[in-house]
Amino acid sequence: MHAASPPATATETVLEVRDLRTHFQTDDGVVKAVDGVSFAVRRGETLGIVGESGSGKSVACLSALRLVPTPPAVHPTGQIHFGGRDLLTLPERELQRLRGDRLAMIFQDPLTALNPYLSVARQLTEVLEVHQGATRAAARQAAIDMLERVGIPDAGRRIDQYPHQFSGGMRQRVMIAMALLCGPELLFADEPTTALDVTIQAQILELIGELQADLGTAVVLITHDLGVVAGTTDRVAVMYAGRIVEEGTTAEVFANPLHPYTRGLLASMPRIDTPPRETLQAIPGLPPDLGHLPGGCPFHPRCSLAGDRCRQDYPAVVVASPTHWAACWEVKVSQ
Amino acid sequence: MNKPGSQAEEPLLEVRDLAVRFPVPRAGGWFGGGHDEVWAVAGVSFAVSRGETLGLVGESGCGKSTTGRAVLQLLRPTAGSVVFDGEPISQFWRRRAGRWAWDSRLRALRQRMQMIFQDPFASLNPRMTVEAILAEPLRNFAVASGGERRERIQQLLETVGMDPRAIRRYPHEFSGGQRQRIGIARALALGPELIVADEPISALDVSIQAQIINLLADLRERLGLTLIFIAHDLAAVRHISDRIAVMYLGRIVELADARTIVAEPRHPYTQALISAVPLPDPVYERTRQRTVLTGELPSPVSPPTGCPFHTRCPLREERCRHEVPALRQLAPGHEVACHLVE
Repeated sequence: MHAASPPATATETVLEVRDLRTHFQTDDGVVKAVDGVSFAVRRGETLGIVGESGSGKSVACLSALRLVPTPPAVHPTGQIHFGGRDLLTLPERELQRLRGDRLAMIFQDPLTALNPYLSVARQLTEVLEVHQGATRAAARQAAIDMLERVGIPDAGRRIDQYPHQFSGGMRQRVMIAMALLCGPELLFADEPTTALDVTIQAQILELIGELQADLGTAVVLITHDLGVVAGTTDRVAVMYAGRIVEEGTTAEVFANPLHPYTRGLLASMPRIDTPPRETLQAIPGLPPDLGHLPGGCPFHPRCSLAGDRCRQDYPAVVVASPTHWAACWEVKVSQ
Repeated sequence: MNKPGSQAEEPLLEVRDLAVRFPVPRAGGWFGGGHDEVWAVAGVSFAVSRGETLGLVGESGCGKSTTGRAVLQLLRPTAGSVVFDGEPISQFWRRRAGRWAWDSRLRALRQRMQMIFQDPFASLNPRMTVEAILAEPLRNFAVASGGERRERIQQLLETVGMDPRAIRRYPHEFSGGQRQRIGIARALALGPELIVADEPISALDVSIQAQIINLLADLRERLGLTLIFIAHDLAAVRHISDRIAVMYLGRIVELADARTIVAEPRHPYTQALISAVPLPDPVYERTRQRTVLTGELPSPVSPPTGCPFHTRCPLREERCRHEVPALRQLAPGHEVACHLVE
């Protein structure tokens, strides 16, 4: 589909983010929303980025697409390699050619991401007309086919309706259809099912998985839900206070979580598959205030292992396997 | 706070055939096009014993929040009855200047039943200090005054795990979890027996949710509270509840103790709901056979005839399209509304 793309191999890296920093200038000082994040995504794989509000997971991905307005953000620094170019230095016009074509994004709330004044047909065909020079009739047919594929019944009629005429789950399907119409190499999905009910979430996650397998799209799935991560991702990066604190294959991170924050998250979740405990093991303290981070490891005020070194210096990396590491001074790794 | 005189068997709360109807603007009728009716709650019955926690779960639009509000008479039920400690509180309304209002009996009972709201940002007045927020219920019921009242407020903050010096601060100075603690302190101010907690953790971060669940469980033990815990998160509900009622389109489809609902669900909707909950276990998730429901939640404006779930039910038969299944007892303490479950 893209003549410029090199031939695909199993381990080909689609996206490589190096030392990404996105800071915001606020009245309260500089907020370091993303502060030195590096990760790579391979063709066809799903990388989960997990974190709570303020961890920087959404800003990291918006920065990768250069969708963070500056100001208030200071222009992000670092490198974002995609298709042999650095997206951070690419001229806006060239970037626009990539977005929606080879790079796509789906958002948490489809109602704010879709234009309420334009019919679904207009919004879907635009992508194909702009990026692939399709004729209006051909674009319309392709859009109807894609809507059918994402499970919208009666797509030929519903394509002329407006976003408000769809239910939440159906709107999310419309957005997925729009994102995947051009067969992107990379899809960012930012909490794509958080606004949906759990039975609809199961449908949407299954759909993203099927389409991804068909199209060979790599997916970066941003979520706070460890259950969703367990079922849908190949690798996981856990973010806390603007940095990745642990990364590994999904199997490694769930079987052998290294970072005390990851361990805390897993232990604090009530689960329906184990007998309930008397009390949940909550992570004490408050979420980090990005404008006033403590020195050393940002997690130390909430960490039961924290020692003197954790209060002074940002932790070095401990490595558990070639694919699994964490940033912590105290955790011991048994090899 | 079990009253010594009351009989152990008598429930603190008894809800029978509760129904709530709302008018909604007719679809497409923008210019005075009349109204449709939505039965947000379409006949719900359950009882809650003293000291017990009942979980209400279901997806958006199932009527769980409306049920909670109607139980506390924050909404006037359209039909049915709510009896609180022997008092028929759903009758304690009177018409005043063309509108329905609580009568003096219901107002007095308000001290004994309180609510915790979902959104800790919207449910606290941003222009009031923590002290003013917590003083309001005390003042309304003339409980304590002056220094004694302040002492009471500081005690309340300690009860919910906050620094009593917080009284002079405003809601925006606190994180979501701390605000929810303030909301809980407000609900506790008058020493209630029954608390309805409506999605009290869903607006909070994962690491904070466990703190609030633990706090509620701890307060329940210490203060002998009876709790109705409303949430869409089945794992959280199962953790804190003794019994769980699963709702779908305004009705209870299954009611049983928490362990049974999760381990041996009988209603096809409960089974699908549990099967859809993602588990933080990649090994299990890889091999898991999901019952993925097809179709969408029908609009409550025009609910399906017969069983409300029949449009999405994998087991449906002809009868399900026409006959509404009644909630019936399968085993002691286990009720199911389905024609097909034996």
